[in-house]
Amino acid sequence: MVRFLLHRFLLAIVTIWAIATITFFIAFLAPGDPAILKFGEKSSPVAIAEFRRKHGLDLPPLVRYVHYVAGITHGDFGSSFQNDEPVSSFFARAFPKTMLLALLAIALALTIGVTTGTVAALKQGTLIDRSLMALVLVGVGVPNFVLAPVLVYIFVLTLPRLLPNLNVEWPPVVWSPDDPLSLLLPVVVLAARPAALIARMTRSSLLETLRQDYIRTARAKGLSPSRILFVHTFKNAFLPVLTSAGTAFGFLLSGSFVVETIFAVPGIGGASISSFTTRDYPLIQGTTFVLATIFVVVNVLVDILYAFFDPRSRMNSEGAPA
Amino acid sequence: MTESRSLSLAESTIEDLPGAANPPSRAVWQALLRNPTAIVSSLLLLTIILLSIIVPMVSPYSYEMQTNDISAAPSARHWLGTDNIGYDLAVRLAVGGRISLFVGMGVETISVLIGLTVGLTAGYYGKWADTALMRFTDMMFAFPDILLAILIMAVVSPAYTGITAGLTAVFAALVVTGWPSLARLVRGQTVVLREREFVEASRAIGVPDGQIMIRHILPNLLSAVVVASTIDIAGIIVAEATLSFLGIGVPPPLPSWGTLIAGPLESGYWKELPGLVLYPALALTLTVLSFNFLGDALRDALDPRSNDR
Repeated sequence: MVRFLLHRFLLAIVTIWAIATITFFIAFLAPGDPAILKFGEKSSPVAIAEFRRKHGLDLPPLVRYVHYVAGITHGDFGSSFQNDEPVSSFFARAFPKTMLLALLAIALALTIGVTTGTVAALKQGTLIDRSLMALVLVGVGVPNFVLAPVLVYIFVLTLPRLLPNLNVEWPPVVWSPDDPLSLLLPVVVLAARPAALIARMTRSSLLETLRQDYIRTARAKGLSPSRILFVHTFKNAFLPVLTSAGTAFGFLLSGSFVVETIFAVPGIGGASISSFTTRDYPLIQGTTFVLATIFVVVNVLVDILYAFFDPRSRMNSEGAPA
Repeated sequence: MTESRSLSLAESTIEDLPGAANPPSRAVWQALLRNPTAIVSSLLLLTIILLSIIVPMVSPYSYEMQTNDISAAPSARHWLGTDNIGYDLAVRLAVGGRISLFVGMGVETISVLIGLTVGLTAGYYGKWADTALMRFTDMMFAFPDILLAILIMAVVSPAYTGITAGLTAVFAALVVTGWPSLARLVRGQTVVLREREFVEASRAIGVPDGQIMIRHILPNLLSAVVVASTIDIAGIIVAEATLSFLGIGVPPPLPSWGTLIAGPLESGYWKELPGLVLYPALALTLTVLSFNFLGDALRDALDPRSNDR
């Protein structure tokens, strides 16, 4: 287990370093000078020189790369080209909102997904199973920015006319976590795809487990169906479900651009998207680096959890301990 | 003389070995034709493709032409009405469809070619080639979803404002994001196939590596690649729409289903004319679902066991 942990940890470090390198060089190779972009073609050379010096753009590329990577190791991503705010303080402000939405969404997705998947597995091959699985494919396929307007149109624009007391602004002027409505819709939209993926995984994992010999044995010795399902099957079928939920959680934390933009949530995605059209490189690099790193870390944690519960997965394909 | 005869004899035996390249095409077609989802989704896709091609050809309007009809309801002149600026929605929807389908299929084709090359090489040769290629693949794979494409487009799109340059940037960003999963799939299959008897037999009689990969391994992993890429196309179409929705995708004035949805949402105009969002949303959803359902049906047809798994 120690060797596995060490191997996984080192791999994560290398991956995170690779992410840092990729984010640096993609911005570095980009055409155009950010200083001229900010101040315009005819601005004073003094202002441009001052801007370049402040953001370290006058240094040689290799020095900038070393500074960038060294800065990351102690949480310094430079400061925004637009308003000079340190990128790290932007994260401190925005991340809790993204985290809150992701936590609520994954909780909702697990509840719906596990229930749906279990029902489908128990009714395998029936009309119920097939319609649930069709619904799952719809849930996987419908993009966020299609689901969100549909829900808003039904629940915000049409229903309030039926319930005049519910006075709702759209698009939301100020997002506040205290307003249940400004929390509910983004969470539902975020949860749709993970719920579908978890339902599919629950179904296939349950079916796989129900085929095992020890389930047949349990049935043969006369255990009640509910005891077989809840004690013998769930315990063994839950691990792949947990993995898919973990991966989905990583996607929720890192892929919040669309939903946060639509619902005006000042989380990482919603607040940084404007920097993506104004070439605010420190903010772009910092955002993609942090989001990709979160994704890697969540996946490593899921791997470790898996290895902890299922020792077989610690072995590599040759059967030797990895 | 003797040598060449014995070689051809050996080769003919290899073709007859179980598991060697013999695409089960007729059984697959029959299974597909018996599956109503496969038929419905193929017909839907065919309709969407034909409409995307034909509508801009027969309509008197073009996608960048403002008409004098503002916010017109659907009529004989404007089949889906016009928006608040006077653009004909049907034409813009169809041109957006052309772009979605072109990007989806084009990006997938390039990704498959890269994925096959990398995956076959890594899986077949193993050792350091495998380690080097797959570590690189894993690194590209570390970026979640389309984050890498968002990063590339954010950095590149302000400089590539022309239509050709902008589309090329979208293509490149999505290929960079798309090929790693295919390379992993192909590599995984190749590692297994490499050890099979028919491959070992070909190697024993001295068939060159390249020929083994193309004639014996490739046909056996093609069905997995076909299933994966059908479903992948749906993902790429969504990714392109997402980039365009966020304002860093297909460059204006080209319409994309993503920008068509984003525009009225942003201006708030969709509250008066819900169709402005509804039609592109419907087109995008139907296309994406059709590819997903078709991919699922293909998987069932190519591998009957997957049904109850």
